[in-house]
Amino acid sequence: MPPNKDIKKVLLLGSGAIKIGEAGEFDYSGAQAIKALKEEGIKTVLVNPNIATIQTDEKFVDKVHFLPVTADYVERVILQEHPDATLLGFGGQTALNCGVELAEKGVLERHGVEILGTGIEAIELADNREAFRGLMIRHGVPVPRSGKASSVEEALSVAEDIGYPVMVRVAYTLGGQGSGVAQNAKELTDITRLGIIHSRIGQVLVEEYLGHWKEVEYEVLRDKLDNCSIVCNMENLDPMGIHTGDSIVVAPSQTLNNDEYQTLRTACFKVVRALGIVGECNVQFALDPEGDDYRVIEVNSRLSRSSALASKATGYPIAYVAAKLSLGYTLPELVNKVTGVTTAFFEPSLDYVVVKMPRWDFPKFRRVDREIGTQMKSVGEAMAIGRSFKEALQKAVRMAQPGSELTEAENGFTDPTTLREALKTPTDRRLFEVAQAYRLGLETDEIHGVTGIDSWFLEHIRDLVWLRDRMGGELTRDKLHAAKQNGFSDAVIAEAYGIDESAVRGLRHQWNIVPAVKQIDTMAAEWPSSTNYLYMTYSGDEDDITFSDKDKAVVLGSGSYRIGSSVEFDWCCVNMAWSLKDNGVEEVIMVNYNPETVSTDYDVLDKLYLEELTLERVLDIVEKENPRGVVVSVGGQTPNNLALGLHHNGINILGTPAEDIDRAENRARFSALLDELGVKQPLWAMLESMEQAQDFASQIGYPVLIRPSYVLSGSAMSVAHSSDQLTAYLRHAAEVSHDSPVTISRFVKGAKEVEVDGVCDGENVHLGPVIEHIENAGVHSGDATMVIPTLTLPQLLKHKVKETSRKIARALGIRGPFNIQFLVKDGEAYVIECNLRASRSMPFVSKATGVNLMELAAVAALGGGIAEGDAEPLKHGVKSPMFSFMRLDKAEPLTGVEMASTGEVACFGRSFREAFLDSLVASGVRLPGPGDTILVTVGGNKTQAVEIARKAHAKGFRIAATRNTAEAIKTGGVPCRAVHKVSEGGTPNILDMLENHEIQLVVNTPNQDRLDSRTVSDGYRIRRKTVEYGIPLITNLELASMLVDML
Amino acid sequence: MIKLDAVLALEDGTTYKGRGFGTMTEKTGEVVFNTGMTGYTESLTDASYAGQILVQTYPLIGNYGVPLGRLDRFGFPTGRESHRVQVQGYVVSQISSAPSHWSSNATLHGWLQRMGVPGIYGLDTRRLTKKLRTRGVMLGILKVGPEIDERELAAKTDEIPDPNLKDLVAGVSTKETVTHGDGEPRVALIDCGVKLGIIRCLLERGAEVVQLPYDATADQVASHEPDGIIVSNGPGDPEVCQSTIKTLGALMEGDTPIMGVCLGQQLMALAAGAAKYKLKYGHRGQNHPCGCLANGRSYITSQNHGYGIDADSLRGTGFEPYFVHLNDGTLEGIRHKSKPFFAVQFHPEGSPGPLDASHLFDEFMEEMA
Repeated sequence: MPPNKDIKKVLLLGSGAIKIGEAGEFDYSGAQAIKALKEEGIKTVLVNPNIATIQTDEKFVDKVHFLPVTADYVERVILQEHPDATLLGFGGQTALNCGVELAEKGVLERHGVEILGTGIEAIELADNREAFRGLMIRHGVPVPRSGKASSVEEALSVAEDIGYPVMVRVAYTLGGQGSGVAQNAKELTDITRLGIIHSRIGQVLVEEYLGHWKEVEYEVLRDKLDNCSIVCNMENLDPMGIHTGDSIVVAPSQTLNNDEYQTLRTACFKVVRALGIVGECNVQFALDPEGDDYRVIEVNSRLSRSSALASKATGYPIAYVAAKLSLGYTLPELVNKVTGVTTAFFEPSLDYVVVKMPRWDFPKFRRVDREIGTQMKSVGEAMAIGRSFKEALQKAVRMAQPGSELTEAENGFTDPTTLREALKTPTDRRLFEVAQAYRLGLETDEIHGVTGIDSWFLEHIRDLVWLRDRMGGELTRDKLHAAKQNGFSDAVIAEAYGIDESAVRGLRHQWNIVPAVKQIDTMAAEWPSSTNYLYMTYSGDEDDITFSDKDKAVVLGSGSYRIGSSVEFDWCCVNMAWSLKDNGVEEVIMVNYNPETVSTDYDVLDKLYLEELTLERVLDIVEKENPRGVVVSVGGQTPNNLALGLHHNGINILGTPAEDIDRAENRARFSALLDELGVKQPLWAMLESMEQAQDFASQIGYPVLIRPSYVLSGSAMSVAHSSDQLTAYLRHAAEVSHDSPVTISRFVKGAKEVEVDGVCDGENVHLGPVIEHIENAGVHSGDATMVIPTLTLPQLLKHKVKETSRKIARALGIRGPFNIQFLVKDGEAYVIECNLRASRSMPFVSKATGVNLMELAAVAALGGGIAEGDAEPLKHGVKSPMFSFMRLDKAEPLTGVEMASTGEVACFGRSFREAFLDSLVASGVRLPGPGDTILVTVGGNKTQAVEIARKAHAKGFRIAATRNTAEAIKTGGVPCRAVHKVSEGGTPNILDMLENHEIQLVVNTPNQDRLDSRTVSDGYRIRRKTVEYGIPLITNLELASMLVDML
Repeated sequence: MIKLDAVLALEDGTTYKGRGFGTMTEKTGEVVFNTGMTGYTESLTDASYAGQILVQTYPLIGNYGVPLGRLDRFGFPTGRESHRVQVQGYVVSQISSAPSHWSSNATLHGWLQRMGVPGIYGLDTRRLTKKLRTRGVMLGILKVGPEIDERELAAKTDEIPDPNLKDLVAGVSTKETVTHGDGEPRVALIDCGVKLGIIRCLLERGAEVVQLPYDATADQVASHEPDGIIVSNGPGDPEVCQSTIKTLGALMEGDTPIMGVCLGQQLMALAAGAAKYKLKYGHRGQNHPCGCLANGRSYITSQNHGYGIDADSLRGTGFEPYFVHLNDGTLEGIRHKSKPFFAVQFHPEGSPGPLDASHLFDEFMEEMA
């Protein structure tokens, strides 16, 4: 029993929407905390508006409040729930900051809520860089030379003392937001000005720049008796200067000798003791690559992305143990869950190597700067395990970006001079540029000099390039075996030897070259374990497990989080797995490689393969395990794309047959089916040539929508407003989807968009409520604000949407989940898309209605029957997107047919208004109050702008607008202050006003017809400034109008 | 880089084929595994591995190369625990051909070649480890060279001499008395194959260390008028070291503080009348949790031992349990109920491994004060 038996109810704070710097890792750590509390008979009350998480499932947590994680909302929850204590370390910086604010305001004390684990003083110490620095110096731990600054003048003076270049770090911030390297006073001024704004305490730290030092992290545990241990250390392949979230990370460290390893390890203990950590802590170091000097760079006094990675890398459940330590347990009292017999007080020993690869999504954003540095920009990550670095690295590349290979040609660079220059600026392509550098004859020393990447890593890349180049001639057993041991895929080998991928597979079988299944057991085989956490390697000649003839099913996960595929699919996968189990499948096997997920927690499932989601690897697993079938429909597009391949290899797909999936995914085939069914759809045609496309577009009239087949989140999906735009977009679309047809359809302006989620068993259909988007069609459904029940849809039309959905589901013979999207215009509903898989909105719909769609989908996938049904929401629900534009330098903060949001939240209420406003706040929008100024600047037609201004004025807001919009608003009889655009040259201009916080909300829409990504327009400048200064930006007039109505 | 064949044959007749590195030769020994992820130069030079073929469970070895000719502030070679490679052979999954470290000036292959030690890589070391865990440690032959006849090698495993029957300590202990440092207090070190890390820990704390051969008599030890005595780690079966046991028996009649490390603990316990036993596959790694019975705290320790002391046999010896292993409950430390004698089965000096229990050296210093 926990030492403190008075604790019966604990308040747990989540991290809210997925954003760059705070992603699914906190679903995992929160879920582990809940599990740890539940075992003690303690009830958990969770505040987290992230609807798509598993931790917010009612079967998981005792009570959940889908509310913003801010001090005033949480105080309301405290008043209602009367928790005895709270855990602040499991919801990222969001939860920690909220907890600090609650403590500072005396809320926790007032309501008798105890903080479990690391105390508030330690949290503040770890986050306040100046205080932390002083503490470290007192305890003899070296830190970079630095000084704090609360103004630009102070920053400049500190930099004078240290000498340029200097690093600027921001106190109290997520993912290094606002931090940067300044080479000179001008750069320092710019970075400092922004940094002070981003900091919760208006402070930055100017410090000694340690570029190209090794970056090493340790995950530390400490209990109340001061027992300390290290779970894992990790070495960044990318040295200092690149945020660890954007670095390729290797566990354990590879280039540290015993002295270095132990020096840093000992320093960790000094750090956690000085701070008084009880629970988990992450310590980051810079290590001199040419001597034994080091510095402590950063400490996270909470669970973090790195701790989630360390958990998955070692099999050690850090968050679970941290929760137990917070309750007062000591480390030796806890059991190592992997072996079941040994103690949790030990340090995992790995007998494999782990490579974490970041996933960036820059092509999704217009104008974005692809340079990577001290600010995190990646949206997800992949984790690969191998028995050699080459094997793990090659896996990791394929995982992070399905379809890509480390040794693929980097065609952007054909001469060494340009490449040498390019390597100086790290981007998301750096790894591939390094490979290309070897191809172009650069030497390791030179590449090391420019990039700072340790030559140990570089030499492996060089070897791989060399091995790939030497492939060819006759493929022998030895050659094939060596290639597989070095991590080459069958596809690369096939290409090199000019044969089919399936022929390579055939040869492997013939020569008995198959991967071995190995366990992750935390003890390097020193103790027996029955762990179900597995990976595959070609450096092994024995499987660790025997394969039973149980009735098994495989669920394919969603891979790295990225724009358009995030925690919602993990929710679907885990719920599918649980439901299959409930429906009698003896063993459910998960395949996934995303360390930020619950689905890669071996504890929640029968068996986990931390493996690639490629046809090759899934077949390898199926051949070993011999399951009754594979579920491809709940992990988003990555597994869905494997359906046909698996089918052709004779693997049973559990759910909708592969052929039927193709009928829906292939735009041309699907459109033909709709015609057959007599279901309305916007005019469309399949593209045969550029000329035909132009002809068709001018015939139906601009704007037109261009869609490739087999894409998720609108990759290469675009609206063209003119013939020139059409040509440009078509070129891009052809690059993204090579083999599949591309269709063009009329883009209906001013249409509503609605959608339906459902499950079909081939005959009976269960439908969720019809979801209405606030934004008109043209905004990707992942970026739209979704409302249930519908707000404006006539009853008759709603009925029609449902009937049409049923008709399509039956016609396609769907056996599992599906989502259908409609346009509504002039009383008619047109089908625009149908996905025969789980959709992004399914967690929202399931939680809103109380009917878990994955439970039904599992029944259907197993061939069972479900009841015909229509679920209705229990309350008003609104789901809002979360954007991370602030994190992405120069990215155009506009929504469109390509998805741009990184996450989502949903809130519920007795009224639409309540749900809507909560949802906006939860997605990071600070709502303006009466007397605040709203800037309205709208391109093109001003009618809606005038209406918005009129309504806002009536509610007591001040209106500011740029010249043309201002004139229109004034003409409409609404008082309005005209402000200067930058291009007009006057002062103060609009950017000054934003910087001075004179504006509390910006409503801005560009003139779509004139939007050009090449010029820097005033509109773009305003939008960027707005997001950089954390001011709410609404770029959709329907949403703006609704917001003004509801304020 | 290296195109040699290599075969490891175990006494149960199984063979593991791989590629060779280091020296082209054939060596026999007791095959043991270590789960540490760094510190291969320290492990390879640890005299406690004398007579053994070492299997590393971490698959990537040699990454940071080998520092040759570098001396630390005490004049000892950096990254070494003795002046030579002590293992009979080395077994790894992958060996780095392109190491990278500022302190490195040799590859692991080159170093072992120079030191006459054979190595094998490219085999499934996890499979081998599981076998040793299940069957217990076994004798084996490692052969590196061209065209090895696996069957012939396997047949030879019946005749492998058991190194634990030999006086391994005699082979690794100092032959003459050597003094390190000139501070205070003066510590007499009974060297059974001492790790330089132990001497470093004492010198760091200002002591003068008089390193004596393992078979020094009690009178010889006393002649140096030590303020304290430390009994070092070392290889093999403790029962073979009868002369040291006898010396310790005599020394424990007196009141001069005594600290034992690893083999040192076993010898002190045997001298006091306790009994030893052999562990199935030993404790070799850097992640072993030990609980201190005196203060209730726990420590992660570095370990390297194949024998242990039976806790029950301490009854009547004057010693009581001091540390226990948190995983298997085995005895990891003893201390005398009335005299300033204590010993630990683990390595408070780390090297390789954590220094979490290095305060024991401070305690020893206090005893001598």
